[in-house]
Amino acid sequence: MRRLEPDESRRLAEHWANEIARTTTRPWKIMEVCGGQTQTIVKFGLDQLLPSQIELLHGPGCPVCVTPLEMIDRALAIARARDVIFCSFGDMLRVPGSDGDLLGLKAQGADIRVLYSPLDALSIARQNPERRVVFFAIGFETTAPANAIAIQQARQRGLGNFSALCSHVLVPPAMLAILQDPEQCVQAFLGPGHVCSVMGLSEYEPIAAQFSVPIVVTGFEPLDLLEGVCLAVQHLEAGRSGVDNQYARVVQAEGNLASQRLLASVFEVCDRKWRGIGLLPRSGLQLRDEYSAHDALKVFEVGDLTSDEPAECISGQILRGLKKPSDCPAFGERCTPESPLGATMVSSEGACAAYHAYGRVPVARLARGAGGVQ
Amino acid sequence: MCLGVPGRVLSREQEDGLLMGRVDFGGVSRKVCLEHVQDVALGDYVLVHVGFALSLIDAQEARKIFELLRELDQLGELQPERDP
Repeated sequence: MRRLEPDESRRLAEHWANEIARTTTRPWKIMEVCGGQTQTIVKFGLDQLLPSQIELLHGPGCPVCVTPLEMIDRALAIARARDVIFCSFGDMLRVPGSDGDLLGLKAQGADIRVLYSPLDALSIARQNPERRVVFFAIGFETTAPANAIAIQQARQRGLGNFSALCSHVLVPPAMLAILQDPEQCVQAFLGPGHVCSVMGLSEYEPIAAQFSVPIVVTGFEPLDLLEGVCLAVQHLEAGRSGVDNQYARVVQAEGNLASQRLLASVFEVCDRKWRGIGLLPRSGLQLRDEYSAHDALKVFEVGDLTSDEPAECISGQILRGLKKPSDCPAFGERCTPESPLGATMVSSEGACAAYHAYGRVPVARLARGAGGVQ
Repeated sequence: MCLGVPGRVLSREQEDGLLMGRVDFGGVSRKVCLEHVQDVALGDYVLVHVGFALSLIDAQEARKIFELLRELDQLGELQPERDP
């Protein structure tokens, strides 16, 4: 497979930017619901290539960000147990709970291991039969099949010392919650390409129909995103709603049926709290009863542990598209990636963290800095 | 977090009842679970996320971008030359 040369990429980017400018006749607000897309948009300044009438809003697309505070607290409680090897994707280590994070706990001597793949946790469980191995199973539908196969294999192989702390979230219920909000202003969505490679397009059809919005399933490269925005604008300008697929090289309309069957056999849909947003009905996946012996919530009896979030954070409004990170008075001052107040700053794919990393400092604050006033 | 990385399948073998294989990511190869892309052949491209292949990449769809480039080239040739 040939890769694009830099000058080819530039020509294509210009082509899409010109097409968007040519098509746009009035203001439109388009939301992406994938942290990887948010990061690409901000990193490459794609939003700044667009006509000023096109506003990109950054929805709840980062599973690390929206993992509820109490789930982090549960992870910390489990990881403190002396006989536990706590396994996690690296992204989760710096996410603050009510009292510290996993990285801090690791520094204090807890056995916390960063995994590339959930299947690696099975090898750790097999090699350490006298220890309890817990895997922090977070993520959207993209990550759920890999986590599910590890949990299914643990059961099939009789690995009684393996359990999973499940905090899976689902994209369509979050989009529904945004569209049902009376204040909502989203007119089109860029759909999350990798989620759809697993789940297909069918879940998005009823949302597009009910709320008369275009949903363009989009990839992650800068050119994918520009093409996705272009398609969304073309649909908006023509008054069309429905689901379109920019990312057909990866996303089949029916998704990955084997993955969907596995998810249905290991997990069941449940209500789930989202950090920054609150409880969303039927928006998460939890282990089925058959997997109770591998469900860390039950094995460690931490299911009753609940926590409340700091009140100052506006991440809930940012995740709904009602505010931008630069609207927050705490941004970059009382809230930084090193010391985050809430969801959108806790992971590099959160909108606030992306704005912070790529220098999107509010204009008012820049002016104040230039004037030398503290 | 949800990013998938495209890679080329170098080998496929059964391991503990799962279809596994080595996948090349631009010179670095890793073991990947291919259980949900059973039809994969050596040399195919797959999209991999946390050590698990989510889907086969459709080479024909992937080539469309080059068709667009060709179209743009032809359009460029049709445009009148600018005066110096």
